[in-house]
Amino acid sequence: MATLTYREAVARGIAQEMARDDRVLLIGEDVAEAGGVFKTTEGLRERFGPRRVRDTPISEEAITGMIMGAAMNGLRPIGEIMFSDFLATCWDIVVNQIAKTRYMTGGQVELPLVLRSANGGGSRFGGQHSQSVENWAMAIPGLKVVAPSTPVDVVGLMAAAIRDPDPVVFLEHKALFATKGEVPDGELVDVLGRATTVRQGTDATIVALAAMVPKAIEAADILGREGINAEVIDPRTLVPLDVTTIATSVAKTGRLFTVEENPRLCGWGAEIASIVAEECFWDLDGPIVRVTTPHIPLPAADAIEDMAIPSVDRIVETVRTTMH
Amino acid sequence: MTDASGNGTVFVPDFRSEIMPETRLEMYAAMTRARVFEKRAYDLFMSGLVKGTTHLGTGQEAVAAGFSTAMRHDDMVFCTYRGHNHTLLRGAPMDSLMGELLGRESGCCGGKGGSMHLTDVEQHAMGSYAIVGAHLPVAAGTAWASQERGTGQVTVCFFGDGTTNIGAFHESLNMAAVWGLPVVFVCENNLYMEYTPISSVTAVPNPAADRAAAYGLDRIIVDGNDVDAVYRTALMALERARSGDGPSLIEAQTYRHYGHSRADPGKYRPNEEVEAWMSKDPIVQYRRRLEEMGIAAADLDRIEEDARMEIDAATEAAKASPEPSEAVLMTDLWADGGSSWRR
Repeated sequence: MATLTYREAVARGIAQEMARDDRVLLIGEDVAEAGGVFKTTEGLRERFGPRRVRDTPISEEAITGMIMGAAMNGLRPIGEIMFSDFLATCWDIVVNQIAKTRYMTGGQVELPLVLRSANGGGSRFGGQHSQSVENWAMAIPGLKVVAPSTPVDVVGLMAAAIRDPDPVVFLEHKALFATKGEVPDGELVDVLGRATTVRQGTDATIVALAAMVPKAIEAADILGREGINAEVIDPRTLVPLDVTTIATSVAKTGRLFTVEENPRLCGWGAEIASIVAEECFWDLDGPIVRVTTPHIPLPAADAIEDMAIPSVDRIVETVRTTMH
Repeated sequence: MTDASGNGTVFVPDFRSEIMPETRLEMYAAMTRARVFEKRAYDLFMSGLVKGTTHLGTGQEAVAAGFSTAMRHDDMVFCTYRGHNHTLLRGAPMDSLMGELLGRESGCCGGKGGSMHLTDVEQHAMGSYAIVGAHLPVAAGTAWASQERGTGQVTVCFFGDGTTNIGAFHESLNMAAVWGLPVVFVCENNLYMEYTPISSVTAVPNPAADRAAAYGLDRIIVDGNDVDAVYRTALMALERARSGDGPSLIEAQTYRHYGHSRADPGKYRPNEEVEAWMSKDPIVQYRRRLEEMGIAAADLDRIEEDARMEIDAATEAAKASPEPSEAVLMTDLWADGGSSWRR
């Protein structure tokens, strides 16, 4: 067992798979010599050499297109897009090429690739380096979407993503890079599409993702002292989505809250709310309530960025008000 | 050889190298098969059997034929929505392509692709891409994998003149040059990006060749209606890529006989221009050359007759195939064969 930061876990997961499989390569801007602008790929070039860990120019369409082509021709590439906001510059390749090609060709083309990116706010970077875009990827048929919240999940889900035969968008949360957690020694391989119940409870279900998970746990602890015993579920992957774990929890608690960092409209919580409303309506004792970032770009100043992103206080207040 | 603008240095392939008669007949057959396939596609479109849209490469067959003949069996091809010729000549069976155009179960993509997405991975026809420029980085990616795996394969990527003004073109050329990738980028300059003359929207006279220097590549222009010239140029570029000397960018000057797509009669093109290019029909020109070289007209007639029989059989086979059933609607999104997004 070792204590790793979330950023160290990224490199650990990639290294585990590169050591196991020669077909795994990593490309992106500043990923090799510099070890990544977030230091998430530190040491990989030294360990696996300059051909398997390679710097690219600032060319997001080339990065995404080339991992697609490489996956078509026998490699299992990983591409890094430095900030998830930049996915907009290569969204055509991701959406129209990577996501659709298997279906459009009647299954002729297999694309075992991972597209990693640093996602989310809280770093005071302003509107073009802060957005949470997991809901963009979730909306596209043909993409699997992973957004882990702990170092151990980063390692295991990275391995699962790299071994998966389909394209996976793997979103690492910037606000979590410095967080630490225990990671067992040896090979770790997790499963895509399996949610984790990170706090047991009986009165309300709170579904939270990535950086919202520790906030939801803290909120649940506060609510617990007030007599509301909340269960917190981390779906970990949005596609595939573990509906069973969420529905089972709602059947027990009768209440559902989602805590989302993406802007309000069409956030992933809306889909979960829709599923639960359709399939678990008679289990519900009250309205499904979503806690989200408002429908605005994220501002830079810490005072107002903190007002925009769901906070522990806002989660507590929302649950408390709804339950009374 | 001079280029359209009449200035600059132009790459001239080695015309002293001999092309074997059987290779010439192979290229004549290739162009003829492509021509009859697209003529039939056009007729079936007009009769309502081919739906959606079609983008015909009629008049541009020499580019596909010259390259496909020069390629090794496992070299990979990427093309655009104007990709019938390239997919057919890379080896996709005519009946599976016609089945795809007719939206039938027998289609190369089972009816999920259509005219703009013809793909036959088994034949290394890696797909027809309908977003302008998007397939260039993908082609660089297969070339990167060939380089890393040491397979000796070359990727050939065809695109139109309009592609030279989109960002992915420049990102891909730069990456391919920096990494020395075994990829040949072939611009089929048919003078029009959709309905607009390429010259009116491009800063340089030769939209591909004049950009080559920006990536440290040779300026290569070839008469895209002369299949021998295309073939020789292709051999040179393929050899260069295969021997580890990196990518090439080739501008093949050609002309489409029809409009941009089935909805376009091409009225924006001056009559004199159309007539001048029609008189340079790559198949008519080549037949004349082959006859001058002493190849018997009967041999060429037989090639044409074979192509007509092949397209008739392919059309009948496609018409006889059932339409795709509901059972396949939800298949093949994921590698497990299904499309489930939940557990």
